[in-house]
Amino acid sequence: MKYVDVEKIKKDFPILNVKPHGKKLIYLDNAATTQKPISVIKAMDRYYEELNANVYRSPHYLSALSTQAYEEARERVKKFINAKTEESIIFTRNTTESINFIAYTWGMKYINEGDEIILTIAEHHSNILPWQMVAEAKKAKLKYVYLDDDFRLSMKDFKEKMSDKVKLIAIQHMSNVLGIINPVEEITHIAHKYGAKVLIDGAQSVPHMPVDVQKIDCDFFAFSGHKMLGPMGIGVLYIKEDLLKEVPPFLRGGEMIDEVYEDYSTFAPSPLKFEAGTPNIEGAYVLISAIDYIEKIGLTNIYKHEGELLEYGLQKMKELDFVKLYGPKDAKERGGLISFNVEGVHPHDVATILDEEGIAVRSGHHCCQPLMRYLGVPATVRASFYLYNDFEDIDALVEGLKKVRKWFK
Amino acid sequence: MSDLNQLYSEVIMEHYENSPHRRELKDATHKERGHNPLCGDDITIYLKMNGDIIEDASFTGHGCAISQASTSMMIDLIKGKDKKEALRLVQEFIDMIHKKDVNLDELGDAQVLHGVSDFPARVKCALLAWKTLQEIL
Repeated sequence: MKYVDVEKIKKDFPILNVKPHGKKLIYLDNAATTQKPISVIKAMDRYYEELNANVYRSPHYLSALSTQAYEEARERVKKFINAKTEESIIFTRNTTESINFIAYTWGMKYINEGDEIILTIAEHHSNILPWQMVAEAKKAKLKYVYLDDDFRLSMKDFKEKMSDKVKLIAIQHMSNVLGIINPVEEITHIAHKYGAKVLIDGAQSVPHMPVDVQKIDCDFFAFSGHKMLGPMGIGVLYIKEDLLKEVPPFLRGGEMIDEVYEDYSTFAPSPLKFEAGTPNIEGAYVLISAIDYIEKIGLTNIYKHEGELLEYGLQKMKELDFVKLYGPKDAKERGGLISFNVEGVHPHDVATILDEEGIAVRSGHHCCQPLMRYLGVPATVRASFYLYNDFEDIDALVEGLKKVRKWFK
Repeated sequence: MSDLNQLYSEVIMEHYENSPHRRELKDATHKERGHNPLCGDDITIYLKMNGDIIEDASFTGHGCAISQASTSMMIDLIKGKDKKEALRLVQEFIDMIHKKDVNLDELGDAQVLHGVSDFPARVKCALLAWKTLQEIL
């Protein structure tokens, strides 16, 4: 635990005092959503106590405050992922909405009959279904890149599938099931040589490692606030600056306009063009607090801390001969989560027995049915870590799994 | 008895591991798949109807202990019954899971699943087979 002071961090998270079934809470479902520190919870109150008003439109004191807060959030996110300009930062509801945004706008306009879209077999449903829609509507073709023997994305397969026909590569930065971190810089570099654009689903990477969209050189990048200590209902879509004019508006209505006539309208420049209606101002404001908290600890420290937990967890779980692990064997190739199954026990039963011990894990297909089918399992159990987890949590998980074994001999 | 003891009682585990009804029914008159996409429970129920009488019934599939045991117990209960009676028992079971007052004894082995009502996340697992049978009948 040399990278972060877990004992001190735990005190910042009031929810960790909740006692499920009278037991100490061991929260290992961070890939689904993270818990919130007290500073983030207080920021929520502060927004409504001190500065609530609608943005941009009204000339009064409070509106000036909320507008300033909303724009500060944009500026903050820009720095956080190292975007070049604030105009590239669009606030959405979540990763899913950000991906659908690009599918409905850029995708429906620029992907045409005979074009190809490349996905990977490990994608989350939210990075599959929008592209199935585009492919169906435009008679384009979906192609999947598969994994190598060690569960990593096969770059060989990717290179073989690239061609001039490919218009888009939609790929996750980190897998929510296998923990694999994809070589997105290399993928973007290759894609651009063919004239293809790259969309990255960063839902699982942004909260856990430093992300630099300029370094990756991707065209679109999507992530959610609630998986990085922030509130639910605030998400981010990054659009590279040279595409801002090309991407049509998604939703049309208030605030996103320049001039409106009876039968046509012109639009405001980005980012307003992409944010019709009253946005989640509260969410954006509170997201600043979450970024503050994360940056105070440091993403590199968080990444290294989770790496230690992962290495310890993999080691401990390998000792349980009734547990089957999924994902690369080498902890260095992946982020802080472990997907596994207990021999002869359905993941849902595993999760229920662990829950009785106060241990919160996810069981199911993790919104990755094509990946489950590819792995040949109906579902897995997933323990995913964050900065408030420690070795004791993993020990508790291992003890819990021994109890599972006792119930299902 | 702890809650888990109720959930994973011997009767339930026996039905899960060694159900006599787990087989395909070659001469089935009805076949229906039931699945719960969120947790991966997936069963197929086979019925051989003679008029209104359920002459034979069986199931195949995979899923958690609760879903599989519940399916097996349901087949125990409805085999040989007529359609109307089977539907009445299905409703009794659904009511039991929803914590309503029912005559537990009528439900045979399936009554041991009443503990599921204390595990909200598992209610769907217990109900899968019964809801599927409702669709068939």
